[in-house]
Amino acid sequence: MAEMQTAPAGAGAGRRLLTWVDNRFPLSKLFNEHMAQYYAPKNFNIWYVFGSLALLVLVNQILTGIFLTMHYKPDAAKAFESVEYIMRDVPWGWLVRYMHSTGASAFFIVVYLHMWRGLIYGSYRRPRELVWLFGCAIFLCLMAEAFMGYLLPWGQMSYWGAQVIVNLFSAIPFIGPDLALLIRGDYVVGDATLNRFFSFHVIAVPLVLLGLVVAHVIALHEVGSNNPDGVEIKEKKDANGNPLDGIPFHPYYTVHDIYAVSVFLFIFSAVLFFAPEGGGYFLEFNNFIEANPLKTPLHIAPVWYFTPYYSMLRATTDIMVNILAGILAIAAVLAILRGGFRAAGKIAIAVAAIVAVFLLKTFDAKFWGVVIMGGAVLILFFLPWLDHSPVKSIRYRPGWHRIVYGVFLVFFLALGYLGSQPPSPTGNYVSQLGTLVYFGFFLLMPWWSRLGLFKPVPDRVTFASH
Amino acid sequence: MMKTILLRLLLVLGCALPLASSAAEAGYPWDHFPAAKMNDMPALQNGARIFTNYCLGCHSASYMRYNRLHDIGLTDEQIKKNLLFGTNKVGDTMKTPLDPREAKDWFGTAPPDLSVIARSRAEVGKGSGADYLYTLWRTFYRDDARPTGWNNLAFPDIAMPHALWQLQGERRAKFIEVKDPHEEGKTTRRFAGFEQITPGTLDDQQYDAAVADLVAYLQWMGEPAQATRVRVGVGVLVFLGLLIVITWRLSSAYWRSVH
Repeated sequence: MAEMQTAPAGAGAGRRLLTWVDNRFPLSKLFNEHMAQYYAPKNFNIWYVFGSLALLVLVNQILTGIFLTMHYKPDAAKAFESVEYIMRDVPWGWLVRYMHSTGASAFFIVVYLHMWRGLIYGSYRRPRELVWLFGCAIFLCLMAEAFMGYLLPWGQMSYWGAQVIVNLFSAIPFIGPDLALLIRGDYVVGDATLNRFFSFHVIAVPLVLLGLVVAHVIALHEVGSNNPDGVEIKEKKDANGNPLDGIPFHPYYTVHDIYAVSVFLFIFSAVLFFAPEGGGYFLEFNNFIEANPLKTPLHIAPVWYFTPYYSMLRATTDIMVNILAGILAIAAVLAILRGGFRAAGKIAIAVAAIVAVFLLKTFDAKFWGVVIMGGAVLILFFLPWLDHSPVKSIRYRPGWHRIVYGVFLVFFLALGYLGSQPPSPTGNYVSQLGTLVYFGFFLLMPWWSRLGLFKPVPDRVTFASH
Repeated sequence: MMKTILLRLLLVLGCALPLASSAAEAGYPWDHFPAAKMNDMPALQNGARIFTNYCLGCHSASYMRYNRLHDIGLTDEQIKKNLLFGTNKVGDTMKTPLDPREAKDWFGTAPPDLSVIARSRAEVGKGSGADYLYTLWRTFYRDDARPTGWNNLAFPDIAMPHALWQLQGERRAKFIEVKDPHEEGKTTRRFAGFEQITPGTLDDQQYDAAVADLVAYLQWMGEPAQATRVRVGVGVLVFLGLLIVITWRLSSAYWRSVH
């Protein structure tokens, strides 16, 4: 325990109150450690604002969510009506509802950009593996939160989207049907489903999400932020022990982020007030029709932020499973011939490959689609150990690495677009190619990430003063 | 470097992707709803009158309260005198007197609630819900093959008869057989204009104007707060625009000392 401090003689009331609090709670200490004496690299660029913005959107979702919960009715007979009640009869209800619905899409936009930043500057590399892992867990929670929240307005897309996704779980061998029943609480999506999704959406998942966000920030502040050069600023310190290339987060990045927040709020408000439906992508038009369990819509599309993964699910047809089995067999043969394993290792690889191919052909393609979809998110967790490049930042990687990242991004966007469209043969080929590119990018990273001519990384960050 | 590569890749994919989506159903193209009607109070009021006279007999708008019509300039007195049926009160929602079970017997399906109909009928790449409704009301025609005697181009085999037929009169649709572009040796029916059989009480121009009023009302009823939303939005954006300037200068003032 620290010594009791006394405020200097003649100090003002504010100072004396702070001393009183500091003797009982580490208020100044926390502020200094996380703001005023938290040194961040001075060469952050625009990519570094999305973390703060994600926090802002999280607060927006929680606050607007509290007010929506006051008027919303989680009851299959009343849910749709209660949303329209919020839109019409609750004073400013339309604003709160649009803030929440636009906020959901904004959350995914800033989080996708935040993740892309981490990807191109190697922010997941040692010693920031845990920062990345907590972040991936946040992304997973966010997807669960968005999925369950989308059922609540009880429109046709809410209903049939949930029906389709929950049915996917029933494709899991052996436990699938029971698992789907457990999730729905009924044989079809119904009142029981709505109630449990509501419970998860307003309390269970947000609690986990908040805990993870705290862990994400604490882990980040323990190791310090990465930067666009991928240089560790802690390695070069001044006489006081502060990083030479660092500046205190407060006030420099607080004023910087407040500026970013204003720009973000401008764009956010432009959508919220002038195009709250987001052209049918933020609020799907079909969702203005109340859920009808007897009438399946012609075209069921998930909301835009799930479409890349939905495309991968749809791309996993019987032909795709055969292609995957073929790729697996070739990989196993290559590993046996060129991997330099001993006899026992070679046999183990051969047996594992045969079992895997057997399983691929035994279970339904739909199940493997679910595995692919889940795997596409889970593979992100392994990124810190897949990247073997000698440098962190894309700035010092070989030029063709940029093409690899570019191809990955373009296919990810294409998967997203195709997932929002009705299925078509051409679209399916592109999705299958996109799925292979997505997984190839990660699974082949241990090899491609160390190839090529890397540029020398400077000792200090590159910074042009403003 | 990175940007040019990305742009090139996007271009290549951009050429390939429309092929993937062009297979989607096109159907009858929608006309453009004259959006200026949305700011025209007499038009919205006339739309409300047509709605209560011609639609509310079968369709409800169960999330819409009569007294919300204040927003389009109607007083309680006007609502009571011109728009309310029977024992309804101005604070009530718009409910049809039609029994849904009887409706199902008569039309084969219960008439949908119209509160948010304009919002639900929009289609990405095709048009707004108002465009659809405007087209729907201008493409009814006589068809003896249908149980109601009516059919529609925007909604083929629609269960609803032409509720505004007295205004528009009766029309026949002319179709011609043309070669099917998708299948060799087959023909397909193409719409080739309407033919008036009996005149209505309104001429074409008057009818189009009346239908536009009705659709404007339906669009407004889908989101009664929309005018407020836009008005508040302008204020919010002006405020945020100023805030951007101030926070930008604040940030620059601090960062000037960082070298």
